[in-house]
Amino acid sequence: MDAARPLVDCRGVQKIFGRGATAVTALQNVDLQVSEGEFLTIVGASGCGKSTLLRAIGGLETYTAGQILVDGKAVEAPGIDRAMVFQNYSLYPWLTVTQNIRFARTLSAHTRNRTSSSVEAALGRSDALIRLMGLTPAADKHPNQLSGGMQQRVAIARALMSRPRILLMDEPFGALDAQTREVMHDLILHVSELERSTVIFVTHDVEEAIYLGKRVVLMAPRPGRIDSVYDVPLPATGRCQDMRQSPEFLRLRTQILGRIRETAGMKTDLDLLQALSRQASAS
Amino acid sequence: MIHALRQLWTIRGTLGPRTYWALAGIGLLVPLVLWTLLANYGAISKVFLPGPLDVALRLGRWWAEEDLLDDIGISTYRVVAGWALSALIALPLGLYIGTYRSVQALLEPLTDFIRYMPAVAFIPLVMLWIGIDERSKVAIIFIGTFFQMVLMVAEDVRRVPLAQIEAAQTMGATRTEIIEKVILASAKPALLDTLRITMGWAWTYLVVAELVAANSGLGYAIIKAQRFLQTDKIFAGILLIGAIGLAIDQAFRLLHRMAFPWLNTRNNA
Repeated sequence: MDAARPLVDCRGVQKIFGRGATAVTALQNVDLQVSEGEFLTIVGASGCGKSTLLRAIGGLETYTAGQILVDGKAVEAPGIDRAMVFQNYSLYPWLTVTQNIRFARTLSAHTRNRTSSSVEAALGRSDALIRLMGLTPAADKHPNQLSGGMQQRVAIARALMSRPRILLMDEPFGALDAQTREVMHDLILHVSELERSTVIFVTHDVEEAIYLGKRVVLMAPRPGRIDSVYDVPLPATGRCQDMRQSPEFLRLRTQILGRIRETAGMKTDLDLLQALSRQASAS
Repeated sequence: MIHALRQLWTIRGTLGPRTYWALAGIGLLVPLVLWTLLANYGAISKVFLPGPLDVALRLGRWWAEEDLLDDIGISTYRVVAGWALSALIALPLGLYIGTYRSVQALLEPLTDFIRYMPAVAFIPLVMLWIGIDERSKVAIIFIGTFFQMVLMVAEDVRRVPLAQIEAAQTMGATRTEIIEKVILASAKPALLDTLRITMGWAWTYLVVAELVAANSGLGYAIIKAQRFLQTDKIFAGILLIGAIGLAIDQAFRLLHRMAFPWLNTRNNA
């Protein structure tokens, strides 16, 4: 493999939903390169196309123009090199935690060249992931017996099971409470360092995007596009919760939040609100 | 007292098992008592409203002097055969309609159209095409259940969360694997419920089916009793069909609980 070549290479990607007068440009001329081992976060207001872009890289969404290359090959369909973690409802409730994590091993894509040693390696791998994710006491339970945070641990373990080159995460912690989220943040950082995975992580939470990402991509709506890219001034490894209070972190957060407000057109809404409250107090 | 009343009228509230069964008992007993009072002390002739005892006695005579068990047997056979035949075709067809938009576009409007046609109206056609033997009764029950069943199966399949399917795609599952290991596995509890509900509908078509030159069966017995003004026998037949239906329904529910234990295990982590 060419060392200089990015692992994921989006060139002029465009996606238009619908046609004619009701057509919506979900992605306009998106250029984005992600290198091997990078933890990239994409943040933006709703409707900015961040999920659409992630799903296009995952092969779950087609695009209208441009090109998405993964390791030099054009993306046409989902593949085992790109695992995806969804916000929820992706686990199989009829299977136990262990069976969910080993699900991929029951598919022909993974059993074509099966040998006894590869089976053993897979069993070892799933056991290791269960321990790594702190799922040992829940290994034989069913998903609906678990809390939301535990369910997402299972989803991450399942995605990591077949050692994907890229881990695509679509607001995976969006439905969790704040405390569980913090725990999950440290867990995913730890795991991605350990696995040396390339991660593309979509979120609407700016703090989450900064805390997790080496780079933060800010997308803007109408039309969905990349607005700006920020390098995160935090150490690449060994991040901890205290860093959320550091001046660099807070400065970047203010900068990105301000930019989101500008691009999402929320400025005018705030002005209107202020005008209304002035009116109300005057009368 | 006020607290207890409030508990009974809580929107989506919970009830203790004793309160639940007490209420269920009242719900079943009150109509029975009203029926007895109305039949025995009201001014209604037994030709119009026989009492519970009359019906019970008639049921005894039906069993002792006529062929009650044969009637139950043949009717159950007709209903189950028509329903099973319909399930045999509706399950794969509904699976494809719910999975592929192309099959949906091809078949769903047609099915929607046919299901509004009354099954009773098909009797002359069924007699003309199939004849008046056993198959024609099964055919009427099939016509009554099949088209509804296809649409319900398709809906069950469509309700499988997209995330479950997409997760399998990103794990490298083939189309066949997704259908077998995700869609079917995920929809199984809903499909069993659909089979249970359509079994109930199949029973409601029994009397209609046994209009076709039958000489046995519960539906036939009801029709014949009407001719001789044996109101107590009509009551007995209707109640019997209800009881058999209830028993089958409960059996399905039991099967559901045993087949899908993971549905009933909630947050005890």
